[in-house]
Amino acid sequence: MCLATPMKIEKIVDARRAVVSEGNVQVEIDVSLLKDPQPGDHVIVHAGYAIETLTLADAEERLELFRKLAELSGEAGSA
Amino acid sequence: MSDESRLARSLVSEIHEVSAKIGRQVRLMEVCGTHTVELRKQGIQSLLPPLVTLVSGPGCPVCVTPSGYIDNAINLVTEGRADVATFGDLMKVPGASGRTLSSLTGSGRVKLVYSPHELVEIAKGRGHPVVFLAVGFETTVPTIVSALLEAREQGVHNLFLYTAFKTVPPALRFLLGNPSHGLDGFILPGHVSIIIGSDAYAFLEGIRPGVITGFEGMDMLVGILELLRQIQRGERRVQNAYPRAVKSGGNARAVELIERTLEPRTEMWRGLGPIPGAALGLKAWLSESDAEKTLGIPPAVDREPPGCLCSRVIAGMSTPPECALFGKRCTPDDPVGPCMVSSEGTCAAYFRYGSSR
Repeated sequence: MCLATPMKIEKIVDARRAVVSEGNVQVEIDVSLLKDPQPGDHVIVHAGYAIETLTLADAEERLELFRKLAELSGEAGSA
Repeated sequence: MSDESRLARSLVSEIHEVSAKIGRQVRLMEVCGTHTVELRKQGIQSLLPPLVTLVSGPGCPVCVTPSGYIDNAINLVTEGRADVATFGDLMKVPGASGRTLSSLTGSGRVKLVYSPHELVEIAKGRGHPVVFLAVGFETTVPTIVSALLEAREQGVHNLFLYTAFKTVPPALRFLLGNPSHGLDGFILPGHVSIIIGSDAYAFLEGIRPGVITGFEGMDMLVGILELLRQIQRGERRVQNAYPRAVKSGGNARAVELIERTLEPRTEMWRGLGPIPGAALGLKAWLSESDAEKTLGIPPAVDREPPGCLCSRVIAGMSTPPECALFGKRCTPDDPVGPCMVSSEGTCAAYFRYGSSR
Protein backbone atom coordinates (compact mmCIF):
# COMPACT_ATOMS: atom_id res chain seq x y z
CA MET A 1 0.00 0.00 0.00
CA CYS A 2 3.04 2.26 0.23
CA LEU A 3 3.51 1.79 -3.50
CA ALA A 4 4.52 5.06 -5.15
CA THR A 5 5.45 5.96 -8.72
CA PRO A 6 7.83 8.61 -10.09
CA MET A 7 6.00 10.99 -12.46
CA LYS A 8 6.73 14.31 -14.14
CA ILE A 9 4.73 17.50 -13.57
CA GLU A 10 3.38 18.76 -16.91
CA LYS A 11 1.15 21.59 -15.73
CA ILE A 12 0.16 23.27 -12.48
CA VAL A 13 -3.65 23.56 -12.37
CA ASP A 14 -4.07 25.46 -9.09
CA ALA A 15 -2.57 25.56 -5.58
CA ARG A 16 -3.69 21.99 -4.99
CA ARG A 17 -3.73 20.22 -8.35
CA ALA A 18 -1.28 19.45 -11.13
CA VAL A 19 -1.24 17.30 -14.25
CA VAL A 20 1.55 14.70 -14.19
CA SER A 21 2.72 12.18 -16.77
CA GLU A 22 4.39 8.82 -16.91
CA GLY A 23 5.09 7.70 -20.47
CA ASN A 24 1.91 8.41 -22.43
CA VAL A 25 -0.31 8.48 -19.38
CA GLN A 26 -1.43 11.82 -17.96
CA VAL A 27 -3.36 12.19 -14.71
CA GLU A 28 -4.32 14.95 -12.36
CA ILE A 29 -2.97 14.66 -8.83
CA ASP A 30 -2.81 16.65 -5.60
CA VAL A 31 0.45 18.54 -5.04
CA SER A 32 -0.46 20.35 -1.83
CA LEU A 33 2.10 18.35 0.19
CA LEU A 34 4.94 19.83 -1.88
CA LYS A 35 6.60 23.18 -1.42
CA ASP A 36 6.56 25.15 -4.66
CA PRO A 37 5.98 22.41 -7.28
CA GLN A 38 7.02 23.42 -10.82
CA PRO A 39 6.38 22.02 -14.32
CA GLY A 40 9.25 19.70 -15.22
CA ASP A 41 9.74 18.51 -11.64
CA HIS A 42 9.93 14.77 -11.13
CA VAL A 43 7.76 13.82 -8.20
CA ILE A 44 6.92 10.62 -6.40
CA VAL A 45 3.19 9.93 -6.36
CA HIS A 46 1.32 7.86 -3.78
CA ALA A 47 -2.48 7.39 -3.79
CA GLY A 48 -3.00 10.41 -6.05
CA TYR A 49 -0.78 12.75 -4.01
CA ALA A 50 2.77 13.87 -4.78
CA ILE A 51 4.72 13.17 -1.58
CA GLU A 52 8.18 14.43 -2.59
CA THR A 53 10.18 16.00 -5.39
CA LEU A 54 12.83 13.63 -6.70
CA THR A 55 16.37 14.69 -7.39
CA LEU A 56 18.48 12.79 -9.92
CA ALA A 57 15.67 11.60 -12.17
CA ASP A 58 18.19 11.09 -14.97
CA ALA A 59 19.17 7.42 -15.36
CA GLU A 60 22.89 8.08 -15.87
CA GLU A 61 23.12 10.28 -12.80
CA ARG A 62 21.35 7.62 -10.83
CA LEU A 63 23.83 4.91 -11.82
CA GLU A 64 26.63 7.21 -10.74
CA LEU A 65 24.89 7.72 -7.42
CA PHE A 66 24.50 3.96 -6.90
CA ARG A 67 28.22 3.53 -7.64
CA LYS A 68 29.03 6.21 -5.12
CA LEU A 69 26.67 4.86 -2.49
CA ALA A 70 28.14 1.40 -2.87
CA GLU A 71 31.68 2.85 -2.85
CA LEU A 72 32.43 0.92 -6.04
CA SER A 73 35.08 2.37 -8.31
CA GLY A 74 34.16 3.49 -11.83
CA GLU A 75 35.55 0.36 -13.49
CA ALA A 76 34.08 -2.04 -10.92
CA GLY A 77 32.25 -4.88 -12.55
CA SER A 78 33.47 -4.04 -16.03
CA ALA A 79 34.91 -7.55 -16.43
CA MET B 1 26.41 -5.70 -21.20
CA SER B 2 24.84 -2.39 -20.15
CA ASP B 3 26.32 -0.17 -17.46
CA GLU B 4 23.35 -1.04 -15.34
CA SER B 5 23.77 -4.81 -15.52
CA ARG B 6 27.51 -4.47 -14.91
CA LEU B 7 26.83 -2.44 -11.80
CA ALA B 8 24.17 -4.90 -10.61
CA ARG B 9 26.63 -7.76 -11.09
CA SER B 10 29.36 -6.06 -9.11
CA LEU B 11 26.90 -5.26 -6.33
CA VAL B 12 25.83 -8.90 -6.13
CA SER B 13 29.41 -10.15 -6.09
CA GLU B 14 30.31 -7.60 -3.41
CA ILE B 15 27.32 -8.80 -1.35
CA HIS B 16 28.64 -12.38 -1.62
CA GLU B 17 32.15 -11.30 -0.61
CA VAL B 18 31.04 -9.34 2.43
CA SER B 19 28.69 -12.14 3.50
CA ALA B 20 31.60 -14.62 3.29
CA LYS B 21 33.75 -12.30 5.40
CA ILE B 22 30.98 -12.11 8.04
CA GLY B 23 31.00 -15.90 7.98
CA ARG B 24 27.71 -16.52 9.79
CA GLN B 25 24.00 -16.45 9.08
CA VAL B 26 22.54 -12.92 9.15
CA ARG B 27 18.85 -12.04 9.34
CA LEU B 28 17.76 -8.79 7.69
CA MET B 29 14.20 -7.58 8.09
CA GLU B 30 12.55 -5.75 5.21
CA VAL B 31 10.08 -3.70 7.22
CA CYS B 32 7.93 -2.55 4.31
CA GLY B 33 5.41 -4.69 2.43
CA THR B 34 6.34 -3.05 -0.86
CA HIS B 35 9.92 -4.25 -0.32
CA THR B 36 8.59 -7.74 0.49
CA VAL B 37 6.96 -7.81 -2.94
CA GLU B 38 9.71 -6.07 -4.94
CA LEU B 39 12.59 -8.13 -3.47
CA ARG B 40 10.87 -11.27 -4.71
CA LYS B 41 9.29 -9.91 -7.90
CA GLN B 42 12.62 -8.51 -9.10
CA GLY B 43 14.43 -11.71 -8.12
CA ILE B 44 16.78 -10.00 -5.65
CA GLN B 45 16.20 -12.64 -2.99
CA SER B 46 17.36 -15.39 -5.35
CA LEU B 47 20.67 -13.55 -5.94
CA LEU B 48 21.63 -13.43 -2.26
CA PRO B 49 24.16 -15.76 -0.64
CA PRO B 50 22.78 -18.62 1.51
CA LEU B 51 24.10 -16.90 4.64
CA VAL B 52 21.74 -13.93 4.16
CA THR B 53 18.12 -14.46 5.18
CA LEU B 54 15.43 -11.89 4.47
CA VAL B 55 12.69 -11.72 7.09
CA SER B 56 9.45 -9.93 6.21
CA GLY B 57 8.35 -7.32 8.72
CA PRO B 58 5.04 -5.86 9.82
CA GLY B 59 4.87 -3.23 7.06
CA CYS B 60 1.66 -4.30 5.38
CA PRO B 61 -1.05 -2.01 6.78
CA VAL B 62 -3.95 -4.27 5.90
CA CYS B 63 -2.17 -7.25 7.50
CA VAL B 64 -1.68 -5.53 10.87
CA THR B 65 -5.27 -4.26 11.08
CA PRO B 66 -7.25 -6.36 13.62
CA SER B 67 -9.92 -8.61 12.11
CA GLY B 68 -12.58 -6.96 14.28
CA TYR B 69 -11.99 -3.67 12.44
CA ILE B 70 -13.43 -5.31 9.31
CA ASP B 71 -16.47 -6.53 11.27
CA ASN B 72 -17.05 -3.03 12.63
CA ALA B 73 -16.89 -1.62 9.09
CA ILE B 74 -19.30 -4.28 7.78
CA ASN B 75 -21.71 -3.54 10.65
CA LEU B 76 -21.77 0.17 9.74
CA VAL B 77 -23.18 -0.80 6.35
CA THR B 78 -25.50 -3.67 7.33
CA GLU B 79 -26.98 -1.65 10.20
CA GLY B 80 -27.57 1.26 7.82
CA ARG B 81 -25.50 3.68 9.88
CA ALA B 82 -23.12 4.75 7.11
CA ASP B 83 -21.76 4.07 3.65
CA VAL B 84 -18.16 2.91 3.64
CA ALA B 85 -15.35 3.99 1.31
CA THR B 86 -12.13 1.97 1.21
CA PHE B 87 -8.92 1.20 -0.64
CA GLY B 88 -9.23 -2.04 -2.62
CA ASP B 89 -6.78 -4.00 -0.46
CA LEU B 90 -9.26 -4.21 2.39
CA MET B 91 -12.20 -5.56 0.35
CA LYS B 92 -11.36 -9.26 0.50
CA VAL B 93 -10.03 -9.43 4.07
CA PRO B 94 -12.29 -11.67 6.16
CA GLY B 95 -13.39 -10.22 9.49
CA ALA B 96 -13.41 -12.31 12.67
CA SER B 97 -16.91 -13.33 11.54
CA GLY B 98 -15.57 -14.59 8.20
CA ARG B 99 -17.52 -11.92 6.31
CA THR B 100 -15.84 -9.54 3.84
CA LEU B 101 -16.63 -6.05 2.59
CA SER B 102 -16.63 -7.35 -0.98
CA SER B 103 -19.77 -9.36 -0.13
CA LEU B 104 -21.55 -6.00 0.27
CA THR B 105 -20.57 -4.40 -3.05
CA GLY B 106 -24.01 -5.18 -4.53
CA SER B 107 -25.59 -2.92 -1.91
CA GLY B 108 -24.05 0.20 -3.52
CA ARG B 109 -23.02 1.27 -0.03
CA VAL B 110 -19.35 0.23 -0.24
CA LYS B 111 -17.30 2.51 -2.46
CA LEU B 112 -13.83 1.59 -3.68
CA VAL B 113 -11.39 4.52 -3.97
CA TYR B 114 -7.94 4.80 -5.53
CA SER B 115 -7.09 8.17 -4.02
CA PRO B 116 -8.39 9.88 -0.86
CA HIS B 117 -9.07 13.03 -2.90
CA GLU B 118 -12.11 11.21 -4.38
CA LEU B 119 -13.67 11.25 -0.90
CA VAL B 120 -14.77 14.86 -1.08
CA GLU B 121 -16.95 14.28 -4.17
CA ILE B 122 -18.21 10.92 -2.85
CA ALA B 123 -19.38 12.52 0.41
CA LYS B 124 -20.91 15.48 -1.46
CA GLY B 125 -22.99 13.10 -3.56
CA ARG B 126 -24.51 11.30 -0.59
CA GLY B 127 -26.87 12.71 1.98
CA HIS B 128 -25.80 10.36 4.78
CA PRO B 129 -22.56 9.58 6.62
CA VAL B 130 -19.64 8.27 4.55
CA VAL B 131 -16.94 6.53 6.59
CA PHE B 132 -13.51 6.13 5.05
CA LEU B 133 -11.56 3.12 6.30
CA ALA B 134 -8.40 5.07 7.08
CA VAL B 135 -5.81 2.30 7.05
CA GLY B 136 -2.18 3.07 6.35
CA PHE B 137 1.32 3.95 7.45
CA GLU B 138 2.99 7.37 7.44
CA THR B 139 3.13 7.40 3.61
CA THR B 140 -0.65 7.32 3.31
CA VAL B 141 -1.65 9.18 6.48
CA PRO B 142 -1.08 12.76 5.17
CA THR B 143 -3.02 12.06 1.96
CA ILE B 144 -6.07 10.97 3.96
CA VAL B 145 -6.07 13.81 6.49
CA SER B 146 -5.47 16.25 3.65
CA ALA B 147 -8.68 14.99 2.00
CA LEU B 148 -10.56 15.27 5.29
CA LEU B 149 -9.47 18.89 5.75
CA GLU B 150 -10.37 19.64 2.13
CA ALA B 151 -13.87 18.28 2.73
CA ARG B 152 -14.29 20.32 5.90
CA GLU B 153 -13.06 23.47 4.14
CA GLN B 154 -15.73 22.91 1.49
CA GLY B 155 -18.42 22.53 4.15
CA VAL B 156 -18.73 18.78 3.61
CA HIS B 157 -19.39 17.40 7.09
CA ASN B 158 -20.69 13.90 6.35
CA LEU B 159 -17.21 12.46 5.77
CA PHE B 160 -15.78 10.55 8.75
CA LEU B 161 -12.53 8.68 9.24
CA TYR B 162 -12.39 5.30 10.95
CA THR B 163 -8.69 5.48 11.71
CA ALA B 164 -6.35 2.49 11.84
CA PHE B 165 -3.23 4.55 11.13
CA LYS B 166 0.04 2.88 12.16
CA THR B 167 3.54 4.29 12.61
CA VAL B 168 6.78 2.47 11.87
CA PRO B 169 9.40 3.70 14.43
CA PRO B 170 7.48 2.55 17.56
CA ALA B 171 6.85 -0.82 15.89
CA LEU B 172 10.60 -1.25 15.24
CA ARG B 173 11.32 -0.36 18.87
CA PHE B 174 8.78 -2.96 19.91
CA LEU B 175 10.39 -5.63 17.70
CA LEU B 176 13.81 -4.82 19.14
CA GLY B 177 12.37 -5.48 22.59
CA ASN B 178 11.97 -9.14 21.61
CA PRO B 179 15.52 -10.45 21.12
CA SER B 180 14.30 -13.90 20.04
CA HIS B 181 13.90 -12.47 16.51
CA GLY B 182 17.68 -12.50 16.12
CA LEU B 183 17.48 -9.60 13.66
CA ASP B 184 20.86 -8.26 12.51
CA GLY B 185 19.60 -5.23 10.63
CA PHE B 186 16.69 -3.41 9.02
CA ILE B 187 15.99 -2.57 5.39
CA LEU B 188 14.08 0.61 6.27
CA PRO B 189 10.99 1.65 4.26
CA GLY B 190 11.70 4.16 1.49
CA HIS B 191 8.30 5.79 1.15
CA VAL B 192 7.45 5.97 4.84
CA SER B 193 10.86 7.63 5.24
CA ILE B 194 10.02 10.26 2.59
CA ILE B 195 7.41 11.51 5.06
CA ILE B 196 9.13 11.03 8.43
CA GLY B 197 12.78 11.53 7.35
CA SER B 198 15.93 9.63 8.29
CA ASP B 199 16.17 11.42 11.67
CA ALA B 200 13.10 9.50 12.83
CA TYR B 201 15.26 6.37 13.19
CA ALA B 202 17.82 7.96 15.53
CA PHE B 203 16.80 5.43 18.20
CA LEU B 204 18.46 2.68 16.11
CA GLU B 205 21.91 4.30 16.39
CA GLY B 206 24.17 2.04 18.43
CA ILE B 207 21.46 -0.65 18.55
CA ARG B 208 21.09 -2.12 15.02
CA PRO B 209 22.16 -1.16 11.51
CA GLY B 210 19.37 0.29 9.38
CA VAL B 211 19.49 1.41 5.75
CA ILE B 212 16.71 3.48 4.16
CA THR B 213 16.21 1.82 0.81
CA GLY B 214 14.39 2.64 -2.44
CA PHE B 215 12.47 0.19 -4.58
CA GLU B 216 14.44 -0.26 -7.80
CA GLY B 217 16.53 -3.43 -8.03
CA MET B 218 19.71 -1.38 -7.70
CA ASP B 219 18.35 0.47 -4.66
CA MET B 220 17.68 -2.81 -2.89
CA LEU B 221 21.08 -4.29 -3.77
CA VAL B 222 22.82 -1.18 -2.43
CA GLY B 223 20.68 -1.28 0.72
CA ILE B 224 21.52 -4.91 1.44
CA LEU B 225 25.22 -4.39 0.70
CA GLU B 226 25.41 -1.42 3.07
CA LEU B 227 23.70 -3.39 5.83
CA LEU B 228 26.15 -6.27 5.40
CA ARG B 229 29.11 -3.88 5.43
CA GLN B 230 27.89 -2.36 8.68
CA ILE B 231 27.49 -5.83 10.20
CA GLN B 232 30.97 -6.81 9.05
CA ARG B 233 32.50 -3.69 10.59
CA GLY B 234 30.46 -4.01 13.77
CA GLU B 235 28.69 -0.69 13.09
CA ARG B 236 25.13 0.15 14.10
CA ARG B 237 24.14 3.24 12.15
CA VAL B 238 21.22 4.60 10.19
CA GLN B 239 22.16 5.19 6.57
CA ASN B 240 20.10 6.82 3.86
CA ALA B 241 20.57 4.93 0.58
CA TYR B 242 17.54 6.65 -1.00
CA PRO B 243 18.73 10.26 -0.81
CA ARG B 244 17.14 11.23 -4.12
CA ALA B 245 13.79 11.09 -2.30
CA VAL B 246 14.41 10.99 1.47
CA LYS B 247 15.62 13.98 3.47
CA SER B 248 16.80 13.97 7.07
CA GLY B 249 13.72 15.85 8.29
CA GLY B 250 11.25 14.22 5.89
CA ASN B 251 8.51 16.13 4.10
CA ALA B 252 8.02 19.21 6.31
CA ARG B 253 4.51 19.93 5.04
CA ALA B 254 3.34 16.37 5.60
CA VAL B 255 4.93 16.23 9.07
CA GLU B 256 3.26 19.52 10.00
CA LEU B 257 -0.09 18.23 8.71
CA ILE B 258 0.22 15.02 10.76
CA GLU B 259 1.18 16.91 13.92
CA ARG B 260 -1.69 19.37 13.50
CA THR B 261 -4.38 16.74 13.00
CA LEU B 262 -3.27 13.53 14.73
CA GLU B 263 -1.77 12.29 17.97
CA PRO B 264 -0.08 9.03 18.96
CA ARG B 265 -2.25 6.32 20.48
CA THR B 266 -1.74 2.77 21.62
CA GLU B 267 -3.80 0.43 19.50
CA MET B 268 -3.90 -3.23 18.60
CA TRP B 269 -1.56 -4.46 15.86
CA ARG B 270 -2.72 -7.74 14.47
CA GLY B 271 -0.12 -10.35 15.32
CA LEU B 272 1.85 -8.10 17.63
CA GLY B 273 -0.75 -6.89 20.14
CA PRO B 274 -0.99 -3.33 21.45
CA ILE B 275 2.20 -1.36 20.68
CA PRO B 276 2.77 1.76 22.76
CA GLY B 277 2.27 4.92 20.68
CA ALA B 278 2.36 3.06 17.37
CA ALA B 279 -1.00 4.30 16.09
CA LEU B 280 -2.38 7.74 15.24
CA GLY B 281 -5.84 9.04 16.08
CA LEU B 282 -7.59 12.31 15.24
CA LYS B 283 -6.99 15.18 17.67
CA ALA B 284 -9.88 16.52 19.74
CA TRP B 285 -10.53 19.47 17.39
CA LEU B 286 -11.41 16.94 14.67
CA SER B 287 -13.48 14.63 16.88
CA GLU B 288 -16.69 15.39 14.98
CA SER B 289 -15.03 13.77 11.93
CA ASP B 290 -13.92 10.76 14.00
CA ALA B 291 -16.17 7.82 13.10
CA GLU B 292 -15.41 5.90 16.29
CA LYS B 293 -16.61 8.78 18.46
CA THR B 294 -19.44 10.12 16.32
CA LEU B 295 -20.93 6.78 15.24
CA GLY B 296 -20.11 4.87 18.43
CA ILE B 297 -17.93 2.15 16.90
CA PRO B 298 -16.78 -0.39 19.54
CA PRO B 299 -13.09 -1.31 20.00
CA ALA B 300 -11.90 -3.76 17.34
CA VAL B 301 -11.27 -7.26 18.66
CA ASP B 302 -8.49 -9.35 17.16
CA ARG B 303 -9.30 -12.98 16.50
CA GLU B 304 -7.34 -15.16 14.10
CA PRO B 305 -8.97 -17.62 11.71
CA PRO B 306 -8.26 -21.19 12.96
CA GLY B 307 -4.91 -22.51 11.71
CA CYS B 308 -3.80 -19.14 10.22
CA LEU B 309 -0.19 -18.20 11.06
CA CYS B 310 -0.50 -14.62 9.78
CA SER B 311 0.21 -13.16 13.21
CA ARG B 312 3.50 -15.05 13.46
CA VAL B 313 4.38 -14.14 9.87
CA ILE B 314 3.76 -10.44 10.59
CA ALA B 315 6.06 -10.65 13.61
CA GLY B 316 8.82 -12.27 11.52
CA MET B 317 8.57 -15.46 13.63
CA SER B 318 7.32 -17.81 10.89
CA THR B 319 7.59 -17.96 7.12
CA PRO B 320 4.48 -18.63 4.98
CA PRO B 321 5.45 -22.20 3.95
CA GLU B 322 5.44 -23.14 7.64
CA CYS B 323 1.66 -22.57 7.67
CA ALA B 324 -0.41 -25.69 6.95
CA LEU B 325 -2.98 -23.57 5.08
CA PHE B 326 -0.46 -21.84 2.77
CA GLY B 327 -1.09 -22.55 -0.91
CA LYS B 328 -3.69 -25.20 -0.04
CA ARG B 329 -6.76 -23.82 1.71
CA CYS B 330 -5.33 -20.30 1.56
CA THR B 331 -4.54 -18.72 -1.82
CA PRO B 332 -4.86 -15.15 -3.20
CA ASP B 333 -8.15 -16.17 -4.90
CA ASP B 334 -9.56 -17.65 -1.72
CA PRO B 335 -7.58 -16.16 1.18
CA VAL B 336 -7.98 -17.15 4.81
CA GLY B 337 -5.79 -14.51 6.46
CA PRO B 338 -4.82 -10.92 5.63
CA CYS B 339 -1.21 -11.85 4.75
CA MET B 340 -2.63 -13.64 1.70
CA VAL B 341 -5.26 -11.01 0.87
CA SER B 342 -3.17 -7.89 0.60
CA SER B 343 -1.02 -7.64 -2.51
CA GLU B 344 1.74 -6.59 -0.10
CA GLY B 345 1.14 -9.43 2.32
CA THR B 346 4.07 -11.75 2.89
CA CYS B 347 2.03 -14.86 2.06
CA ALA B 348 0.75 -13.34 -1.20
CA ALA B 349 4.31 -12.36 -2.20
CA TYR B 350 5.61 -15.87 -1.44
CA PHE B 351 2.68 -17.42 -3.32
CA ARG B 352 3.16 -15.25 -6.43
CA TYR B 353 6.93 -15.12 -6.64
CA GLY B 354 8.00 -18.32 -4.88
CA SER B 355 9.50 -18.95 -1.50
CA SER B 356 12.68 -20.65 -2.67
CA ARG B 357 15.90 -18.72 -2.61
